[in-house]
Amino acid sequence: MEYLELFFKSIFIDNMIFATFLGMCSYLAVSKKVTTAVGLGAAVIFVLAITVPLNWLLDQYILQPGALKWLGTEYADYDLSFLSFILFIATIATMVQLVEIVVEKFSPSLYNSLGIFLPLIAVNCAILGGSLFMQSREIPTLGLATVYGVGSGIGWFLAILAIAAIREKIRYSNVPPALRGLGITFIITGLMAIGFMSFGGMLTGGDEEETTEEKTAVIQSKQNDNVTLSASDSNRNETSQDKEETKAIADNNTKVVE
Amino acid sequence: MGLLSKKDAALIKDPLFDNNPITIQVLGICSALAITAELKASIVMAIAVLFVLGLGNVVISLMRNIIPSKIRIIVQLVVVAALVIIVDLVLKAFAYELSKTLSVFVGLIITNCIIMGRFEAFALANSPWQSFLDGIGNAAGYGVILIIVGFFRELLGAGTLLGFPVFGDPIEKTGLYQYGYENNGFMLLAPMALITLGVIIWVQRSRNKALIEDH
Repeated sequence: MEYLELFFKSIFIDNMIFATFLGMCSYLAVSKKVTTAVGLGAAVIFVLAITVPLNWLLDQYILQPGALKWLGTEYADYDLSFLSFILFIATIATMVQLVEIVVEKFSPSLYNSLGIFLPLIAVNCAILGGSLFMQSREIPTLGLATVYGVGSGIGWFLAILAIAAIREKIRYSNVPPALRGLGITFIITGLMAIGFMSFGGMLTGGDEEETTEEKTAVIQSKQNDNVTLSASDSNRNETSQDKEETKAIADNNTKVVE
Repeated sequence: MGLLSKKDAALIKDPLFDNNPITIQVLGICSALAITAELKASIVMAIAVLFVLGLGNVVISLMRNIIPSKIRIIVQLVVVAALVIIVDLVLKAFAYELSKTLSVFVGLIITNCIIMGRFEAFALANSPWQSFLDGIGNAAGYGVILIIVGFFRELLGAGTLLGFPVFGDPIEKTGLYQYGYENNGFMLLAPMALITLGVIIWVQRSRNKALIEDH
Protein backbone atom coordinates (compact mmCIF):
# COMPACT_ATOMS: atom_id res chain seq x y z
CA MET A 1 0.00 0.00 0.00
CA GLU A 2 2.73 2.47 0.82
CA TYR A 3 4.25 1.81 -2.60
CA LEU A 4 1.10 3.02 -4.33
CA GLU A 5 0.90 5.95 -1.98
CA LEU A 6 4.50 7.03 -2.54
CA PHE A 7 3.99 6.58 -6.27
CA PHE A 8 1.02 8.96 -6.41
CA LYS A 9 2.64 11.33 -3.95
CA SER A 10 5.76 11.71 -6.05
CA ILE A 11 3.81 12.25 -9.27
CA PHE A 12 1.23 14.75 -8.10
CA ILE A 13 1.94 16.21 -4.70
CA ASP A 14 5.72 16.47 -4.73
CA ASN A 15 5.85 17.01 -8.48
CA MET A 16 9.42 17.80 -9.43
CA ILE A 17 8.50 20.85 -11.48
CA PHE A 18 5.45 22.27 -9.81
CA ALA A 19 6.26 21.74 -6.16
CA THR A 20 10.05 21.94 -6.05
CA PHE A 21 11.02 23.52 -9.42
CA LEU A 22 13.71 21.01 -10.24
CA GLY A 23 14.75 20.62 -13.87
CA MET A 24 13.36 23.99 -14.97
CA CYS A 25 16.19 24.81 -17.40
CA SER A 26 15.66 21.89 -19.74
CA TYR A 27 11.90 22.09 -19.08
CA LEU A 28 11.87 25.62 -20.52
CA ALA A 29 14.34 24.95 -23.29
CA VAL A 30 12.92 21.72 -24.72
CA SER A 31 9.20 22.40 -24.40
CA LYS A 32 8.73 24.07 -27.77
CA LYS A 33 7.60 20.89 -29.50
CA VAL A 34 5.67 17.98 -28.06
CA THR A 35 7.75 15.30 -29.78
CA THR A 36 11.09 16.41 -28.32
CA ALA A 37 9.44 16.98 -24.95
CA VAL A 38 8.18 13.40 -24.93
CA GLY A 39 11.65 12.11 -25.82
CA LEU A 40 13.37 14.11 -23.09
CA GLY A 41 10.71 13.18 -20.55
CA ALA A 42 11.17 9.49 -21.29
CA ALA A 43 14.93 9.83 -20.94
CA VAL A 44 14.50 11.57 -17.58
CA ILE A 45 12.19 8.81 -16.29
CA PHE A 46 14.73 6.20 -17.34
CA VAL A 47 17.69 7.98 -15.77
CA LEU A 48 15.82 8.67 -12.51
CA ALA A 49 14.59 5.08 -12.33
CA ILE A 50 18.18 3.85 -12.46
CA THR A 51 20.06 6.46 -10.48
CA VAL A 52 17.80 6.84 -7.43
CA PRO A 53 18.00 3.16 -6.40
CA LEU A 54 21.74 3.06 -7.15
CA ASN A 55 22.32 6.13 -5.02
CA TRP A 56 20.12 4.62 -2.32
CA LEU A 57 22.45 1.62 -2.21
CA LEU A 58 25.46 3.94 -2.07
CA ASP A 59 23.87 5.94 0.71
CA GLN A 60 22.84 2.88 2.69
CA TYR A 61 26.09 0.96 2.53
CA ILE A 62 28.76 3.63 2.26
CA LEU A 63 27.63 7.13 3.03
CA GLN A 64 25.31 7.16 6.01
CA PRO A 65 26.76 7.57 9.48
CA GLY A 66 27.60 4.07 10.65
CA ALA A 67 26.98 2.56 7.25
CA LEU A 68 30.35 0.94 6.90
CA LYS A 69 29.87 -1.66 9.59
CA TRP A 70 29.54 -4.42 7.01
CA LEU A 71 33.27 -4.00 6.42
CA GLY A 72 34.09 -4.61 10.04
CA THR A 73 33.14 -3.22 13.44
CA GLU A 74 36.09 -0.85 13.56
CA TYR A 75 34.50 1.09 10.68
CA ALA A 76 31.15 1.57 12.37
CA ASP A 77 31.92 5.12 13.49
CA TYR A 78 32.75 6.50 10.05
CA ASP A 79 30.46 9.16 8.64
CA LEU A 80 31.11 9.69 4.96
CA SER A 81 27.98 11.69 4.23
CA PHE A 82 30.01 14.72 3.20
CA LEU A 83 31.01 12.74 0.12
CA SER A 84 27.38 12.36 -0.98
CA PHE A 85 27.47 15.14 -3.55
CA ILE A 86 30.52 13.84 -5.36
CA LEU A 87 29.45 10.21 -5.34
CA PHE A 88 25.87 10.95 -6.41
CA ILE A 89 26.96 13.14 -9.28
CA ALA A 90 29.53 10.54 -10.35
CA THR A 91 26.86 7.82 -10.54
CA ILE A 92 24.55 10.14 -12.42
CA ALA A 93 27.18 11.18 -14.96
CA THR A 94 28.06 7.53 -15.61
CA MET A 95 24.44 6.47 -16.02
CA VAL A 96 23.70 9.34 -18.38
CA GLN A 97 26.67 8.38 -20.51
CA LEU A 98 25.24 4.87 -20.69
CA VAL A 99 21.77 6.12 -21.62
CA GLU A 100 23.34 8.25 -24.33
CA ILE A 101 25.10 5.24 -25.84
CA VAL A 102 21.92 3.14 -25.70
CA VAL A 103 19.77 5.87 -27.28
CA GLU A 104 22.31 6.46 -30.03
CA LYS A 105 22.29 2.78 -30.89
CA PHE A 106 18.56 2.09 -30.75
CA SER A 107 16.99 5.36 -31.87
CA PRO A 108 19.31 7.63 -33.88
CA SER A 109 16.46 9.99 -34.79
CA LEU A 110 15.66 10.63 -31.14
CA TYR A 111 19.35 11.06 -30.48
CA ASN A 112 19.58 13.73 -33.17
CA SER A 113 16.49 15.59 -32.12
CA LEU A 114 17.55 15.71 -28.48
CA GLY A 115 20.99 16.97 -29.47
CA ILE A 116 22.88 18.58 -26.62
CA PHE A 117 20.09 18.02 -24.12
CA LEU A 118 20.80 14.35 -23.59
CA PRO A 119 24.22 14.85 -22.00
CA LEU A 120 22.74 17.86 -20.23
CA ILE A 121 20.46 15.53 -18.28
CA ALA A 122 23.51 14.82 -16.15
CA VAL A 123 23.38 18.35 -14.82
CA ASN A 124 19.62 18.50 -14.76
CA CYS A 125 18.70 19.49 -11.20
CA ALA A 126 15.85 17.00 -11.28
CA ILE A 127 18.16 14.01 -11.36
CA LEU A 128 20.46 15.14 -8.58
CA GLY A 129 17.45 16.53 -6.75
CA GLY A 130 15.73 13.16 -6.86
CA SER A 131 18.72 11.51 -5.18
CA LEU A 132 19.16 14.31 -2.64
CA PHE A 133 15.50 14.29 -1.67
CA MET A 134 15.67 10.51 -1.37
CA GLN A 135 18.53 10.99 1.06
CA SER A 136 17.03 13.84 3.07
CA ARG A 137 13.62 12.19 3.43
CA GLU A 138 15.32 8.94 4.52
CA ILE A 139 13.34 6.63 2.29
CA PRO A 140 13.61 3.29 4.07
CA THR A 141 13.79 0.53 1.46
CA LEU A 142 15.19 -0.08 -2.02
CA GLY A 143 11.75 -0.81 -3.43
CA LEU A 144 10.39 2.50 -2.13
CA ALA A 145 13.42 4.33 -3.53
CA THR A 146 12.77 2.84 -6.99
CA VAL A 147 9.09 3.77 -6.78
CA TYR A 148 10.12 7.29 -5.77
CA GLY A 149 12.51 7.55 -8.72
CA VAL A 150 9.99 6.30 -11.27
CA GLY A 151 7.21 8.43 -9.81
CA SER A 152 9.30 11.61 -9.82
CA GLY A 153 10.27 10.93 -13.42
CA ILE A 154 6.66 10.44 -14.45
CA GLY A 155 5.70 13.67 -12.68
CA TRP A 156 8.40 15.59 -14.56
CA PHE A 157 7.31 13.94 -17.80
CA LEU A 158 3.70 14.98 -17.24
CA ALA A 159 4.75 18.55 -16.56
CA ILE A 160 6.92 18.95 -19.64
CA LEU A 161 4.32 17.24 -21.83
CA ALA A 162 1.60 19.60 -20.64
CA ILE A 163 3.64 22.76 -21.09
CA ALA A 164 4.85 21.68 -24.56
CA ALA A 165 1.27 21.06 -25.67
CA ILE A 166 0.18 24.44 -24.33
CA ARG A 167 3.12 26.27 -25.91
CA GLU A 168 2.34 24.73 -29.28
CA LYS A 169 -1.20 26.07 -29.04
CA ILE A 170 -0.43 29.57 -27.81
CA ARG A 171 1.81 30.27 -30.77
CA TYR A 172 -1.40 31.32 -32.46
CA SER A 173 -2.63 33.45 -29.57
CA ASN A 174 -2.37 37.15 -29.12
CA VAL A 175 0.29 37.32 -26.42
CA PRO A 176 1.71 40.82 -25.65
CA PRO A 177 5.09 41.10 -27.38
CA ALA A 178 7.16 41.51 -24.25
CA LEU A 179 5.60 38.38 -22.73
CA ARG A 180 6.08 36.15 -25.74
CA GLY A 181 8.12 33.01 -25.32
CA LEU A 182 9.70 32.95 -21.90
CA GLY A 183 7.48 35.32 -19.94
CA ILE A 184 4.18 33.67 -20.76
CA THR A 185 5.69 30.23 -20.17
CA PHE A 186 6.61 31.23 -16.62
CA ILE A 187 3.13 32.56 -15.94
CA ILE A 188 1.44 29.49 -17.40
CA THR A 189 3.70 27.21 -15.37
CA GLY A 190 2.73 29.20 -12.29
CA LEU A 191 -0.95 28.67 -13.05
CA MET A 192 -0.37 24.96 -13.62
CA ALA A 193 1.46 24.80 -10.29
CA ILE A 194 -1.59 26.35 -8.61
CA GLY A 195 -3.69 23.68 -10.29
CA PHE A 196 -1.44 20.91 -9.04
CA MET A 197 -1.73 22.24 -5.50
CA SER A 198 -5.26 20.92 -5.56
CA PHE A 199 -3.80 17.42 -5.30
CA GLY A 200 -2.53 18.28 -1.84
CA GLY A 201 -5.47 16.74 -0.03
CA MET A 202 -5.50 13.60 -2.13
CA LEU A 203 -3.81 11.14 0.16
CA THR A 204 -4.49 12.27 3.68
CA GLY A 205 -8.11 12.80 2.84
CA GLY A 206 -8.54 15.77 5.12
CA ASP A 207 -6.54 17.62 7.73
CA GLU A 208 -2.90 17.70 6.67
CA GLU A 209 -1.60 19.69 9.60
CA GLU A 210 -2.08 17.02 12.25
CA THR A 211 1.14 15.86 13.77
CA THR A 212 1.89 12.19 14.32
CA GLU A 213 1.43 12.52 18.09
CA GLU A 214 -2.04 13.84 17.57
CA LYS A 215 -2.88 11.02 15.20
CA THR A 216 -1.61 8.24 17.42
CA ALA A 217 -3.33 9.84 20.41
CA VAL A 218 -6.58 9.95 18.47
CA ILE A 219 -6.22 6.35 17.38
CA GLN A 220 -5.48 5.20 20.91
CA SER A 221 -8.40 7.11 22.36
CA LYS A 222 -10.65 5.59 19.71
CA GLN A 223 -9.45 2.17 20.57
CA ASN A 224 -9.91 2.75 24.25
CA ASP A 225 -13.28 4.26 24.71
CA ASN A 226 -14.95 5.29 21.44
CA VAL A 227 -14.66 8.96 22.26
CA THR A 228 -16.01 11.22 19.56
CA LEU A 229 -13.23 12.86 17.62
CA SER A 230 -12.34 16.50 18.12
CA ALA A 231 -13.49 19.13 15.61
CA SER A 232 -10.27 18.97 13.65
CA ASP A 233 -10.95 15.55 12.20
CA SER A 234 -14.64 15.16 12.63
CA ASN A 235 -14.94 14.36 8.97
CA ARG A 236 -13.18 11.07 9.33
CA ASN A 237 -15.16 8.01 10.35
CA GLU A 238 -12.49 5.56 11.20
CA THR A 239 -13.03 1.87 11.11
CA SER A 240 -10.25 -0.42 12.25
CA GLN A 241 -8.98 -0.67 8.64
CA ASP A 242 -8.79 3.09 8.37
CA LYS A 243 -6.92 3.24 11.64
CA GLU A 244 -4.14 1.11 10.19
CA GLU A 245 -4.04 3.20 7.05
CA THR A 246 -3.90 6.37 9.06
CA LYS A 247 -1.04 4.95 11.08
CA ALA A 248 0.80 4.07 7.86
CA ILE A 249 0.16 7.53 6.47
CA ALA A 250 1.29 9.10 9.73
CA ASP A 251 4.51 7.07 9.72
CA ASN A 252 5.14 7.91 6.11
CA ASN A 253 4.47 11.56 6.80
CA THR A 254 7.30 11.90 9.27
CA LYS A 255 9.88 10.68 6.85
CA VAL A 256 8.61 11.39 3.40
CA VAL A 257 6.96 14.78 3.87
CA GLU A 258 9.15 17.80 4.47
CA MET B 1 36.41 52.06 -12.28
CA GLY B 2 40.00 53.06 -12.89
CA LEU B 3 41.58 49.70 -12.33
CA LEU B 4 39.47 47.71 -14.81
CA SER B 5 39.69 48.17 -18.56
CA LYS B 6 36.48 48.82 -20.45
CA LYS B 7 36.25 45.22 -21.63
CA ASP B 8 36.76 43.91 -18.12
CA ALA B 9 34.20 46.28 -16.65
CA ALA B 10 31.73 45.06 -19.25
CA LEU B 11 32.26 41.50 -18.01
CA ILE B 12 30.76 42.56 -14.71
CA LYS B 13 28.13 44.98 -15.93
CA ASP B 14 26.55 43.02 -18.78
CA PRO B 15 25.26 40.06 -16.79
CA LEU B 16 23.58 42.42 -14.37
CA PHE B 17 20.83 43.44 -16.77
CA ASP B 18 21.50 43.06 -20.48
CA ASN B 19 22.72 39.51 -20.39
CA ASN B 20 21.23 38.42 -17.10
CA PRO B 21 21.76 34.71 -16.52
CA ILE B 22 18.26 34.09 -15.26
CA THR B 23 16.04 36.24 -17.41
CA ILE B 24 18.01 36.34 -20.66
CA GLN B 25 20.21 33.28 -20.70
CA VAL B 26 17.53 31.24 -18.90
CA LEU B 27 19.93 29.46 -16.59
CA GLY B 28 19.79 28.80 -12.88
CA ILE B 29 16.03 28.99 -12.61
CA CYS B 30 15.52 26.11 -10.21
CA SER B 31 17.01 27.66 -7.12
CA ALA B 32 15.77 31.13 -8.05
CA LEU B 33 12.23 29.92 -7.54
CA ALA B 34 12.44 27.48 -4.73
CA ILE B 35 14.24 29.32 -1.94
CA THR B 36 13.14 32.89 -2.47
CA ALA B 37 10.31 32.82 0.06
CA GLU B 38 12.63 34.57 2.53
CA LEU B 39 14.95 37.45 1.71
CA LYS B 40 17.66 36.08 4.00
CA ALA B 41 17.76 32.74 2.18
CA SER B 42 18.02 34.54 -1.16
CA ILE B 43 20.96 36.64 0.01
CA VAL B 44 22.81 33.63 1.41
CA MET B 45 22.22 31.61 -1.77
CA ALA B 46 23.48 34.54 -3.87
CA ILE B 47 26.67 34.72 -1.79
CA ALA B 48 27.15 30.94 -2.06
CA VAL B 49 26.86 31.05 -5.85
CA LEU B 50 29.23 34.04 -5.93
CA PHE B 51 31.84 32.01 -4.09
CA VAL B 52 31.40 28.84 -6.14
CA LEU B 53 31.22 30.56 -9.52
CA GLY B 54 34.06 33.02 -8.88
CA LEU B 55 36.48 30.48 -7.49
CA GLY B 56 35.36 27.73 -9.87
CA ASN B 57 35.88 29.94 -12.89
CA VAL B 58 39.41 30.72 -11.74
CA VAL B 59 40.28 27.06 -11.09
CA ILE B 60 38.94 25.84 -14.43
CA SER B 61 40.65 28.69 -16.23
CA LEU B 62 43.97 27.84 -14.60
CA MET B 63 43.55 24.21 -15.72
CA ARG B 64 42.15 24.97 -19.13
CA ASN B 65 45.18 23.84 -21.09
CA ILE B 66 45.58 20.51 -19.34
CA ILE B 67 42.00 19.21 -19.25
CA PRO B 68 41.46 16.59 -22.00
CA SER B 69 38.37 17.48 -23.99
CA LYS B 70 36.65 14.13 -23.53
CA ILE B 71 36.44 14.32 -19.77
CA ARG B 72 35.98 18.03 -19.31
CA ILE B 73 32.41 17.74 -18.03
CA ILE B 74 33.54 15.31 -15.35
CA VAL B 75 36.41 17.57 -14.30
CA GLN B 76 34.04 20.52 -14.10
CA LEU B 77 31.59 18.52 -12.02
CA VAL B 78 34.32 17.47 -9.59
CA VAL B 79 35.53 21.06 -9.16
CA VAL B 80 32.01 22.35 -8.55
CA ALA B 81 31.12 19.48 -6.23
CA ALA B 82 34.21 20.11 -4.10
CA LEU B 83 33.44 23.83 -3.78
CA VAL B 84 29.80 23.15 -2.96
CA ILE B 85 30.77 20.66 -0.26
CA ILE B 86 32.85 23.44 1.32
CA VAL B 87 29.91 25.86 1.14
CA ASP B 88 27.55 23.25 2.59
CA LEU B 89 29.82 22.46 5.53
CA VAL B 90 30.44 26.17 6.26
CA LEU B 91 26.69 26.80 6.25
CA LYS B 92 26.00 23.86 8.52
CA ALA B 93 28.66 25.08 10.94
CA PHE B 94 27.84 28.79 11.07
CA ALA B 95 24.19 29.13 10.06
CA TYR B 96 22.48 25.89 10.91
CA GLU B 97 18.90 27.18 10.79
CA LEU B 98 19.47 28.65 7.37
CA SER B 99 21.05 25.46 6.08
CA LYS B 100 17.88 23.65 7.11
CA THR B 101 15.76 26.13 5.15
CA LEU B 102 17.97 25.79 2.11
CA SER B 103 18.12 22.00 2.59
CA VAL B 104 18.91 20.24 -0.68
CA PHE B 105 19.21 23.44 -2.71
CA VAL B 106 22.74 24.02 -1.50
CA GLY B 107 23.66 20.68 -3.03
CA LEU B 108 21.76 21.62 -6.15
CA ILE B 109 24.17 24.49 -6.76
CA ILE B 110 26.27 21.75 -8.37
CA THR B 111 23.74 21.35 -11.13
CA ASN B 112 23.02 25.06 -11.35
CA CYS B 113 23.21 25.60 -15.09
CA ILE B 114 24.85 29.02 -14.67
CA ILE B 115 28.00 27.49 -13.25
CA MET B 116 28.50 24.79 -15.85
CA GLY B 117 27.34 27.21 -18.53
CA ARG B 118 29.97 29.81 -17.63
CA PHE B 119 32.70 27.16 -17.33
CA GLU B 120 31.98 25.95 -20.85
CA ALA B 121 31.35 29.31 -22.41
CA PHE B 122 34.05 31.39 -20.78
CA ALA B 123 36.49 29.83 -18.33
CA LEU B 124 37.75 27.19 -20.75
CA ALA B 125 38.88 29.84 -23.20
CA ASN B 126 39.95 32.85 -21.17
CA SER B 127 42.53 34.01 -18.64
CA PRO B 128 41.99 33.54 -14.90
CA TRP B 129 41.48 37.23 -14.07
CA GLN B 130 38.84 37.67 -16.77
CA SER B 131 37.17 34.41 -15.81
CA PHE B 132 37.02 35.64 -12.23
CA LEU B 133 35.35 38.88 -13.32
CA ASP B 134 32.92 36.98 -15.53
CA GLY B 135 32.07 34.69 -12.64
CA ILE B 136 31.50 37.62 -10.29
CA GLY B 137 29.37 39.41 -12.89
CA ASN B 138 27.11 36.45 -13.60
CA ALA B 139 26.75 35.60 -9.94
CA ALA B 140 25.83 39.23 -9.28
CA GLY B 141 23.21 39.12 -12.04
CA TYR B 142 21.79 35.95 -10.54
CA GLY B 143 21.87 37.51 -7.08
CA VAL B 144 20.03 40.64 -8.24
CA ILE B 145 17.09 38.63 -9.52
CA LEU B 146 17.05 36.41 -6.46
CA ILE B 147 17.00 39.41 -4.15
CA ILE B 148 14.24 41.16 -6.10
CA VAL B 149 12.03 38.07 -6.07
CA GLY B 150 12.83 37.36 -2.42
CA PHE B 151 12.11 40.97 -1.48
CA PHE B 152 8.65 40.99 -2.99
CA ARG B 153 7.73 37.52 -1.84
CA GLU B 154 8.68 38.13 1.76
CA LEU B 155 7.29 41.66 1.90
CA LEU B 156 3.92 40.87 0.39
CA GLY B 157 3.68 37.35 1.77
CA ALA B 158 4.71 37.81 5.38
CA GLY B 159 4.93 41.56 5.88
CA THR B 160 8.54 41.27 7.07
CA LEU B 161 11.96 41.92 5.60
CA LEU B 162 14.85 39.82 6.89
CA GLY B 163 12.57 38.93 9.79
CA PHE B 164 11.79 42.51 10.82
CA PRO B 165 8.09 43.42 10.58
CA VAL B 166 7.61 46.30 8.18
CA PHE B 167 3.91 46.99 8.10
CA GLY B 168 3.22 46.53 11.78
CA ASP B 169 2.21 43.50 13.75
CA PRO B 170 -0.51 41.35 12.17
CA ILE B 171 -1.59 39.79 15.43
CA GLU B 172 -1.70 42.95 17.53
CA LYS B 173 -3.18 44.84 14.58
CA THR B 174 -0.81 47.78 14.67
CA GLY B 175 0.48 49.78 11.72
CA LEU B 176 -1.17 49.02 8.38
CA TYR B 177 -3.03 46.05 9.75
CA GLN B 178 -5.48 48.20 11.67
CA TYR B 179 -6.80 49.52 8.38
CA GLY B 180 -7.66 46.05 7.22
CA TYR B 181 -4.48 45.16 5.28
CA GLU B 182 -3.77 41.43 5.27
CA ASN B 183 -0.66 39.53 4.25
CA ASN B 184 -1.03 37.74 0.91
CA GLY B 185 0.05 34.34 2.17
CA PHE B 186 -0.12 32.97 -1.35
CA MET B 187 3.05 34.84 -2.25
CA LEU B 188 4.98 32.49 -0.02
CA LEU B 189 3.91 29.49 -2.05
CA ALA B 190 5.70 28.05 -5.04
CA PRO B 191 3.54 29.22 -7.96
CA MET B 192 3.82 32.91 -7.15
CA ALA B 193 7.60 32.76 -7.59
CA LEU B 194 7.02 31.69 -11.18
CA ILE B 195 4.53 34.46 -11.80
CA THR B 196 6.80 37.09 -10.17
CA LEU B 197 9.63 36.00 -12.43
CA GLY B 198 7.31 36.21 -15.45
CA VAL B 199 6.44 39.77 -14.51
CA ILE B 200 10.13 40.70 -14.09
CA ILE B 201 10.82 39.33 -17.58
CA TRP B 202 7.83 41.29 -18.91
CA VAL B 203 9.19 44.54 -17.44
CA GLN B 204 12.69 43.86 -18.69
CA ARG B 205 11.61 43.09 -22.24
CA SER B 206 9.27 46.04 -22.45
CA ARG B 207 12.14 48.34 -21.61
CA ASN B 208 14.56 46.71 -24.04
CA LYS B 209 12.69 45.98 -27.24
CA ALA B 210 15.63 44.12 -28.73
CA LEU B 211 14.97 41.16 -26.47
CA ILE B 212 11.46 40.45 -27.70
CA GLU B 213 11.11 37.11 -29.47
CA ASP B 214 9.13 37.14 -32.65
CA HIS B 215 6.96 34.16 -33.47
